[in-house]
Amino acid sequence: MSFWLIQSLNSLALGGVLFTLAAGFSLIFGLMRIANLSHGAYFMLGAYVGLSVLDQGYGFGWAILAAGLAVGVLGAVVERLILRRLAGKTLAQVLATLGIAFIIADASLWVWGGDPRPVSAPGFLRGAMHLFGLTFPAYRLAVLAISIVIALGLWLLLDKTRLGVMIRASVDDMQMARAMGIPASRLFTIVFCLGAALAGIGGVIAAPILSVYPGMDADMLPLALVVVILGGLGSLAGAFVGSFLIGFIYSFGQVLAPNLAYFILFLPMVVILAARPRGLFGRLSA
Amino acid sequence: MRRLLLVALAAAALTLPLWAGGAYYVNLASQVMIAALFAMSLNLLVGYAGLTSLGHAGYLGLSAYISGWLMLRLGWGHGAAAAAALAGTTAMAALFGLVALRASGISFLMITLALGQILWGVAYRWADMTGGDNGLSGLTRPSPFGIDLGPPDRFYFFTLGVLVVVAGAIAIWVRSPFGASIRATRDQARRASALGFNVWLIRWLTFVVSGFLGGVAGLMYVYYHQFISPHSISLANSAEMLLMVIAGGPGTLVGPVLGATLVVLLKNLASAYVDRWVMLLGIVYVLIVLFLPGGIVAGLDRLGTRLGRGARLPSRTSEAPAPPGATEASH
Repeated sequence: MSFWLIQSLNSLALGGVLFTLAAGFSLIFGLMRIANLSHGAYFMLGAYVGLSVLDQGYGFGWAILAAGLAVGVLGAVVERLILRRLAGKTLAQVLATLGIAFIIADASLWVWGGDPRPVSAPGFLRGAMHLFGLTFPAYRLAVLAISIVIALGLWLLLDKTRLGVMIRASVDDMQMARAMGIPASRLFTIVFCLGAALAGIGGVIAAPILSVYPGMDADMLPLALVVVILGGLGSLAGAFVGSFLIGFIYSFGQVLAPNLAYFILFLPMVVILAARPRGLFGRLSA
Repeated sequence: MRRLLLVALAAAALTLPLWAGGAYYVNLASQVMIAALFAMSLNLLVGYAGLTSLGHAGYLGLSAYISGWLMLRLGWGHGAAAAAALAGTTAMAALFGLVALRASGISFLMITLALGQILWGVAYRWADMTGGDNGLSGLTRPSPFGIDLGPPDRFYFFTLGVLVVVAGAIAIWVRSPFGASIRATRDQARRASALGFNVWLIRWLTFVVSGFLGGVAGLMYVYYHQFISPHSISLANSAEMLLMVIAGGPGTLVGPVLGATLVVLLKNLASAYVDRWVMLLGIVYVLIVLFLPGGIVAGLDRLGTRLGRGARLPSRTSEAPAPPGATEASH
């Protein structure tokens, strides 16, 4: 009984982490039609920045803030200086984002070294929580809560603000949105910056669970891809549902069939693609 | 002019061990040719069919692991293991094609990336079968007709032979009516479909052939290194193959060879002099897409036009992908 509960909680926590990664990826794709293959690298860079802030003795909140800011600014710079020049050239964008991913990965290896670095959860979340006579690792609950807050915030931003209306209009019909005077170019920078910042924050909150290590980027990127393929590109709800679905499949797979955990990810993707090539919530065809 | 160039190139290739100045350079040439095999097989998809795959290293791994595993664990001979490896890789490509071709464009790229990473994950995690992070070592090179391919010179000529056969086969294939229909599905999928071509089937067959040739390259890779590990299947490796195709010139016959030469030489040169060659490679990615759009072949072509010498390689450039929005295929 408690095995299933604990594993479910692990799945939910992983799902929450995946959501911070997949939401930005999906938004960036929806608006800019860029498959941002440096997204995993932003995630890892965020984790490393958070680690350094924690090493300096600052708290977890500062680590999240610093990682979000640093990675977000980097994302904005990359969008302005590189991706902007490649507008409309899909292949070139893919290679450029990959190149950026390699640069970030190698720079991280240079700065932070090659050994995995464990990160401890903030003090008040370190222990276990007792609820209904069961014990839960408190930090996983906190991760779940943070990701739900982020999801709510994103939903409010997209659904209730003027900026969100402009973003949704541009996702649905870029030409028409431009004709209506929506500053699409500024939106690109904002959304790319936001997506990168979310990935960076995701890296920090994932660090106590996954620890921080070189290769984290290449581990997380395919998970994010599977999430958005399942959920549907450009859809926030799709990223949310897909993240938790993959969180469950991957966590349980790792416990029940550790050798084939990666392979099991393949199955839902095949089923969804066979039945609904656009993903569960997708309206866009790439 | 072109024929002269070709003869000079052939003469240089055939005599390379004589003037290269040592085993290191002969081996480097073999590495270039093996990389060229990968790039050419990937180019079928990327350049001719317009389907950008980022999981091509998976076929390398699959064919290398199957042949290595059969020889090490079951004691199979080289011939049988190679045949089984090619059959297995082709079957996997057929299966992956069914999945990936549900989509096109960026979604296709993301699905192939995910599939490739899943193969990597299996190689890395299923340690009982694959040796995990350590990979499979202690493999040997084959001895076709009793000729031991251990020495660098012999292996160089063997690789050269395979490269010539594969390049010839690809040249014939893409110039055949079927090759024309592949380009038609790339340039004008809807029109091709309206004309009665089965676009899906054409793409799927190209996908499978590309996977098969990737398997051939994978065998050469494992023969050369006599070792296979998950590192060889990584996303970085798939990306490198794609870089070779794009740097050289997608949809051309010589482009992938030029791209492979550039990337392999750069990698060897850089790793000899610079510690941080992964970063350098990343910078090269960005610089190439910013400043060399269309690849080396298109760049040379532009240079040729500018110099006004008529060195325009017409039959090759006409095979290059049409710019988006072009209404007519160039054929």
